[in-house]
Amino acid sequence: MSTMTSQKTTAPATRVRGGSRFGDRVLKAYVWLIIAWLFLPIAVMIVFGFNDTQSKSNVTWQGFTFKWWGLLGDYPELTLAVENSLKIAVLSTVITTVIGTLMGLALGRYRFRGQGATNLVMFAAIASPELVMGASLLSLFISSGVQTGFVTVVVAHVLFSLSFVAITVRARVIGLDPSIEEAARDLGASTWVTFWRVTFPMILPGVVAGALLAFALSIDDFVITQFTSGATQTFPLWIWGATRIGVPPQVNIIGTLIFAIGVAIAVFNTVISRRRT
Amino acid sequence: MKRLAPYLLILPGGLWLVIFLVVPMVFMASVSTQQGDVVNGFVQTFDFSVYGDALAQYQTQFLRSAGYGLVATVISVALAYPMAYWIAFKGGSRKSTYLLLVLLPFFVSFVLRTVSWKFLLADDGMLLGPLKATGLVPGDFHVLQTTVAVIGGLVYNYLPFMILPIYVALERVDPRVVEAAQDLYAARRQAFTKVVLPLSLPGVFAGVLMTFVPMTADYVNAGILGGPENTMIGNIIQTQYLVNNDYPTAAALSFTLMAAMLVGIFAYAKALGTENVLEAAAR
Repeated sequence: MSTMTSQKTTAPATRVRGGSRFGDRVLKAYVWLIIAWLFLPIAVMIVFGFNDTQSKSNVTWQGFTFKWWGLLGDYPELTLAVENSLKIAVLSTVITTVIGTLMGLALGRYRFRGQGATNLVMFAAIASPELVMGASLLSLFISSGVQTGFVTVVVAHVLFSLSFVAITVRARVIGLDPSIEEAARDLGASTWVTFWRVTFPMILPGVVAGALLAFALSIDDFVITQFTSGATQTFPLWIWGATRIGVPPQVNIIGTLIFAIGVAIAVFNTVISRRRT
Repeated sequence: MKRLAPYLLILPGGLWLVIFLVVPMVFMASVSTQQGDVVNGFVQTFDFSVYGDALAQYQTQFLRSAGYGLVATVISVALAYPMAYWIAFKGGSRKSTYLLLVLLPFFVSFVLRTVSWKFLLADDGMLLGPLKATGLVPGDFHVLQTTVAVIGGLVYNYLPFMILPIYVALERVDPRVVEAAQDLYAARRQAFTKVVLPLSLPGVFAGVLMTFVPMTADYVNAGILGGPENTMIGNIIQTQYLVNNDYPTAAALSFTLMAAMLVGIFAYAKALGTENVLEAAAR
């Protein structure tokens, strides 16, 4: 590439562009290669949900079958773990979205004392490794005699997704045109009415994006959950426990279903946001 | 009332962060200087010798974690940069589709993806099985339970956290700046090294922070893909807390890890600001 660009005599422009086009093609192939690599284990997960395996260890391919779909509820503890994951995700998403939206509003709308400190704590919450968060939370619960379980997991999940929601909402609030709210107030709307009829609908896409993020973070979390869960099992925890004795195909199917729902939501979200802009 | 509004809005979230992020650190410090056991209870003794003992005993795992984190971070930068570059400058109208493809695998549980790698890399698995059958690879060749498997797993699981901030930084580079450089007779390579690269460095630094820290503290990859020779400090902390119930040792180890990382994280925040990371997080 550089040898071509150093020739500055006759019509270098076309030659440069020709060279870069080749480079671009190589880069594009590379991008798809990385994407393929990112999807490789996902493909394995999906395919092995249809594996006609005889033993508990679902490692080698033994033929195609649909039978595991019918036996999805064969492991009651796994079913319970999935239920717990969903309950925790819903509950922590609701709490996170409410208090995170309030934080996002404050950070995007007002200049106030302590704003820098708030930003720093939120940054620390995003940058701290989960292991440290989990270990310190467990230390708190042990020291104060709090029994770890469902509630402490929800507390922990709100903790690590809160900053993400607040930042997402803040970005939306900063992008708002203040004159629209002023117009509402000029037309006699109270603060409350202005918020619910004008401001909230405008920040709603940010709130929804934050909520989806919180839900995704919660349903996937393993490390903090392991430290704060006590005897409560979640889907990722159950898989971790099962790795020693063999992961049954049902896990692959549930993983596939969660993946499919995630893809559907993501595609839906993209389509909606495209239509809006 | 108007003056109080931001404080009232920030109060619930702020309290949550302080009570469950800041206060627990104090409790962890306290637990690390306690003595006792689960059966008879723990007493505060302010005995700091546990730090010396724990560090001496697990020095290898500390150094190994830092080494793995460093190598995996360098590989991640090398893999992520060209990809972020191409998406930002050549992605055109499909930019968001490419980003979506990078993020979609994240809808599958972190643990489950790592377990899938275990299947793929198993001695008789899909990748090694056929190679061994054809004799291309010796029969006693392993990937699982090696350093390569653990570092590979780390890079795999954290790569998007490197791609995203670099992409955010590159996306903000105005193409006209590059054109201006070329108008001023910069060769393509010079335009890149003197203009694009410096402008994208904040993104690279943000990516390094967002991958090195969690990679070093990770124990899932070493637990599933590694063997006894690849144990990381996270595995020790996890076992001491949750299996052996040796809370003082576990707390001393995690407090040391946290102190080292917090120093790094706050030095980063002071030098480079928090905006890059916060902005990448909002994507």
